[in-house]
Amino acid sequence: MSDNETGMPTSLYSVTTDALRLDSLFGAVMTTSRRESAEDVGPGAITSFVGIVRNRNAGRRVLRIEYEGYEPLALRAFERIGAETAARWNVRMALHHRLGTLEVGEASVMIAVASPHRAEAYAACRYVIERVKQIAPIWKHEFFEGGDVWIEGATADPDDEAARQEALNLSCA
Amino acid sequence: MRVTVRLFARLRDIVGAGEIARQAPEGATARTVWRALAGEFAGLEEYETSISTAVNAEYSRLDTPLTDGDEVAFLPPVSGG
Repeated sequence: MSDNETGMPTSLYSVTTDALRLDSLFGAVMTTSRRESAEDVGPGAITSFVGIVRNRNAGRRVLRIEYEGYEPLALRAFERIGAETAARWNVRMALHHRLGTLEVGEASVMIAVASPHRAEAYAACRYVIERVKQIAPIWKHEFFEGGDVWIEGATADPDDEAARQEALNLSCA
Repeated sequence: MRVTVRLFARLRDIVGAGEIARQAPEGATARTVWRALAGEFAGLEEYETSISTAVNAEYSRLDTPLTDGDEVAFLPPVSGG
């Protein structure tokens, strides 16, 4: 992966304990969507999604969340989500997820989607976060006032077509 | 054969380690390894119907045959985002 002019890494997909930076994702989708010929239509819009650690969850006062992940599989899941997204929409997608200890208000996940037109960029961005929640091998260990709990959501199955359809329905709603 | 088992989140807490080595008989599948672990560590069994499996960092099925040196991972339901 090359660096853009800001010196930020331009990886489309990342799992990291470092603080996330949206400009890094913008750089990644712009760099990798450079037009190949004068006739190709370049990006005209970028949508983004930033997930942050919320102060309350299920009636509990959240103190912090420790994120754990299976990094090589997470990167493969991100690549898969990228391929699914590119197969449906004319977009370039970047997806960075943070691991480790995050305080309330810190960003845990960032998504950027570049497209010639906004409609596809919005739809694809929603699809990506829904698929992250379905198949990314990442877990929240929530520490709240009075205890801690592992959050368990969906059984990850990339081949579950019903789940894929559910993500699609949400993205096109 | 010898396999490396990776465990995450609450499964890691139950077993007390995120990575352990196990011997498995020839012809073993990921399920063989899971069942042996579930017999060894109380609390794992309830996850049998909700875990996902990965072999060598690729999503796989419990009936995936293993070969010597494989890394098999058991994942509780995920909660990223």
